[in-house]
Amino acid sequence: MSFPLLTATAVLPAVGAIVTAAVPAARRTAAKWLALLVSLATLALAITVMVRFDPDGDRYQLTESHAWIADFGVRYELGVDGIAVALIALTALLIPFIILAGWHDADPLETGNRRWRPTQGFFALILAVEAMVIISFEATDVFLFYIFFEAMLIPMYFLIGGFGDRAHAGTDENAAAQRSYAAVKFLLYNLVGGLIMLAAVIGLYVVAGNFSLQEIAEARANGSLDMATNTERWLFLGFFFAFAVKAPLWPLHTWLPNAMGEATAPVAVLITAVVDKVGTFAMLRFCLQLFPEASKWATPAILVLALISIIYGALLAVGQRDIKRLVAYASISHFGFIILGIFAMTSQGQSGATLYMVNHGISTAALMLVAGFLISRRGSRLIADYGGVQKVAPVLAGTFLIGGLATLSLPGLAPFVSEFLVLVGTFARYPVIGIIATFGIVLAALYVLVLYQRTMTGPVKPEVASMPDLRVRELVVVAPLVVLLIFLGVYPKPVTDIVDPAVKQTMSDVQKKDPQPEVEAAK
Amino acid sequence: MENLIALLIAAPLLGAAVLLCGGRRLDAVGHWIGTALAGASFVFGAVLFVDLLGKDAEHRTLTQHLFSWIPVEGFQADIAFHLDQLSMTFVLLITGVGSLIHLYSIGYMEHDERRRRFFGYLNLFLAAMLLLVLADNYLLLYVGWEGVGLASYLLIGFWQHKPSAATAAKKAFLVNRVGDMGLSIAIMLMFTTFGTFAFTPVLGTHEAEGLVGGTSEATLTGIALMLLLAACGKSAQVPLQSWLGDAMEGPTPVSALIHAATMVTAGVYLIVRSGAIFNAAPDAQLVVTIVGAVTLLFGAIVGCAKDDIKKALAGSTMSQIGYMVLAAGLGPIGYVFAIMHLVTHGFFKAGLFLGAGSVMHGMNDEVDMRKYGGLRKYMPVTFVTFGLGYLAIIGFPGLSGFFSKDKIIEAAFAKGGTEGWILGGCALLGAAITAYYMTRVMLMTFFGEKRWQPDENGHEPHPHESPKSMTIPMIVLAFGSVFAGGVFGVGDRFLHWLEPITGHDHGHPPISATTVTAATVAVMVIGVTAAYLQYGRRPVPVVAPRGSLLTRAARRDLLQDDFNHVVLVRGGEHLTRSLVYVDHTLVDGVVNGTAASVGGLSGRMRRLQNGFARSYAVSMFGGAAVLVAATLLMRAV
Repeated sequence: MSFPLLTATAVLPAVGAIVTAAVPAARRTAAKWLALLVSLATLALAITVMVRFDPDGDRYQLTESHAWIADFGVRYELGVDGIAVALIALTALLIPFIILAGWHDADPLETGNRRWRPTQGFFALILAVEAMVIISFEATDVFLFYIFFEAMLIPMYFLIGGFGDRAHAGTDENAAAQRSYAAVKFLLYNLVGGLIMLAAVIGLYVVAGNFSLQEIAEARANGSLDMATNTERWLFLGFFFAFAVKAPLWPLHTWLPNAMGEATAPVAVLITAVVDKVGTFAMLRFCLQLFPEASKWATPAILVLALISIIYGALLAVGQRDIKRLVAYASISHFGFIILGIFAMTSQGQSGATLYMVNHGISTAALMLVAGFLISRRGSRLIADYGGVQKVAPVLAGTFLIGGLATLSLPGLAPFVSEFLVLVGTFARYPVIGIIATFGIVLAALYVLVLYQRTMTGPVKPEVASMPDLRVRELVVVAPLVVLLIFLGVYPKPVTDIVDPAVKQTMSDVQKKDPQPEVEAAK
Repeated sequence: MENLIALLIAAPLLGAAVLLCGGRRLDAVGHWIGTALAGASFVFGAVLFVDLLGKDAEHRTLTQHLFSWIPVEGFQADIAFHLDQLSMTFVLLITGVGSLIHLYSIGYMEHDERRRRFFGYLNLFLAAMLLLVLADNYLLLYVGWEGVGLASYLLIGFWQHKPSAATAAKKAFLVNRVGDMGLSIAIMLMFTTFGTFAFTPVLGTHEAEGLVGGTSEATLTGIALMLLLAACGKSAQVPLQSWLGDAMEGPTPVSALIHAATMVTAGVYLIVRSGAIFNAAPDAQLVVTIVGAVTLLFGAIVGCAKDDIKKALAGSTMSQIGYMVLAAGLGPIGYVFAIMHLVTHGFFKAGLFLGAGSVMHGMNDEVDMRKYGGLRKYMPVTFVTFGLGYLAIIGFPGLSGFFSKDKIIEAAFAKGGTEGWILGGCALLGAAITAYYMTRVMLMTFFGEKRWQPDENGHEPHPHESPKSMTIPMIVLAFGSVFAGGVFGVGDRFLHWLEPITGHDHGHPPISATTVTAATVAVMVIGVTAAYLQYGRRPVPVVAPRGSLLTRAARRDLLQDDFNHVVLVRGGEHLTRSLVYVDHTLVDGVVNGTAASVGGLSGRMRRLQNGFARSYAVSMFGGAAVLVAATLLMRAV
């Protein structure tokens, strides 16, 4: 038996989480270093997965399969396709930056706030989330996926509710109440989604007799497993609802601005750049493969919701007064693009959507982490409390601008490639929707540049006059992200090469062919 | 030889990277690094030019394929370059004028502590602009297109501690983004129509017709109009012109390089490059000519009313690009002259802006022409070079502008029919107004009595000539303003150079070329005389008179900005504010409410807050129990 690489990639951060949690509170610096080293080792494993993965090989590779709950057909089955490999790499890549950026976010307060939870717990929880997200990307057993899809809510709940952003207006009590509200809202929204999905998971088992994604998808494809039209649609909706809450899709998005606003900036990145990706990933892997007909049936409605998300999220971002909530609404707009790309059912749209998940992770991390550095200096999340920062902290302002330009998909930076692919893939099948979605690029420029103008330019506000520029630790976080944004903007081929074959297979699952160019079609 | 193309772009790109990441260590030498790399790029360009001249006219094309950029099933975009006579012309203009303006900026920005950064941005601009004109497909062109937009944003807002500069920068980027939407949609249309958006397969060569040939006129009209939208944004054409006046907040060398000589002409490049598409879409071409004609009058009228020397010149730029767009809309009759005017305009307008910068440099950064007067005595070099640029732009016989503008007016008439008469008439009228407003600038600045006074701190300006690093570029550009037109026009040299790419057609001139030339000179004399009577014979009031309704409207950019402000800005603010409210109360409330009423969740929520982990475990356990029960049940059945 070969080395279980996929299991190891998930187990390593899980074990790391337990060990980190066990470090005594007095040695909290050791806990931080331990968590960082574990996350780096996990990254090394993820890179190994990427290297060992052969894009032109089998659909699922590095597979592991063991009986688990034999009576119910639940198996411990792992396997990755190109889409999963890309997202595992993204997750493993971002966690070290998240840990490093949050280095001091959980230090005990000098005032000795009773509500503050132990420092090592913060880092242990981040690793726990990493482990669960990675195994969600790997699981090819629907039940196994479901368990971790749900279980990751627990550490996330504690991260949001227990370790909130220290920059807040009003009293400590007030802030704690808001944090608690955000955490519970996060939990309830996702729990409801999860419970509905559980019903659908059971329904699927009733119909199919097992939980194996590969077996069911194969049986669906060769016609040996027939589902009544209505059954398939209900099951699809059950799965899709849970993923649409997590992604999040309008109108199920309102938990995200609260959660991202109240959490610390690195945790906000963890939510939007990592955890939410499980939702869009699962749409591609489960909704489309298990319920191809229902997916096509629901496409028009989903496209409209995605379009609303794009425009609505962007408009709401323009109207925000809180930096972090602004980024949250921008993310809602971006998730609209991702879902649009998935359900446009073209190769460009789906490759673009997958690439978008990766690029959005990196660009949001860059923007949000720098925003976090900014907020920690001034102790306020309100845009109006800043002004003229460029003059006192040019490097901070410069990296903030690059993160912003990536968010508005400037050509030359990574997000442009994916956004354009999504747009062109949508346009090829649905020209009107494609054109309306293009308005999103104007609105993105608006919210990014307004944010930059109000915080970074103009006369220097007295409160920011003595603000220090980025420190070495912060530069170590930001510089690689900036380099990646530029590199993947100019040379996205390493990612597209891995993703493309998997997308081709998904397209054949739903039996969709790309529209042909008019000129060729005429011939 | 092809490999030089990438170096052409790489040199300024390297400069930008080094200068922007290099830190304070490079403060002392940064401007020299930037200027040297711009110069290097010009040398590469010159070498390539000589190489192209050595080939016969039909084969002056070099291509360089670097690597596959976005390879996705059914979609292919490459990092690849295409150098032909059209892009070569731009390369020489961009690197030539660009190098001169780098040199000028050394003196102009001498006292600015962020000079290194300024040169980094300038180099970034050069790289992006070269990418724009050298790309071999529309998507890569798009990268250059927004790249110059970014450089423009950074440079307009270079003095971003001034709120007006930061606002102007943002406005320029946003208005341009509206145009970029057009470019995006055009590329998407090309992809769905042709399956590619690379120049050669779509547009064809003189040997083989491109995919455009087999496409319906309706589709091509759609693509062409979207390209026009893009061109309107970048080239400040009506209705997307409002950003250019505000862009004058940037340092003057930026106004000269980006907002006069090069970037703003990118729209003209786009239309001429896409000639094959426009030629097959006559309706779109008509719209192009209308946009050009309207803008050339719009800009000229605005230029008449501005007292700020840079804004007067900005109105003029808009108007002159209107001429180019008009010419480009005429199809093969006008393509060559659009580009020829673009190059001569590059010389004289850059020269005029540098002259304006030199005046401001000597006048404590005063921009109000009403506070100038009689400066010819104090700055003779600036006066002479600015004066030559002035003569060139109004089309004084024998100078650059005369050759190129006259050709455009002829071409407009040659379109034939009623359209030809209307377009030709607009172009002639524009020439008269051009002569008027430029004479006004000249007289207010360099003639008459001195009108400047001490500022509030009691400092009186001491006008003086600028240093050599500033005057030398002005002298070089003045040479171009004087001779370029003759070099290009006499013997139709420029026509023969560009014709293999753009094609050429004489059209149906309703009147002889001599008549048009005579008319052009006549209206110029009328314009100059009118301005002389108003500003030369009488003293210029230091405070602007109230003026007629038209003057007041022209001062406010013909109210288009006010319209934008009321409809788009105010309307948008209301929209976002109400949406924020809706999201907070309605969407959030409804979703929460539904959940609460369906599942009785509000009660559970309270319980969860107290002992949530236990409840959660119970839920999970409950779920699992249901699962077990269901499975057993199914087995039993």
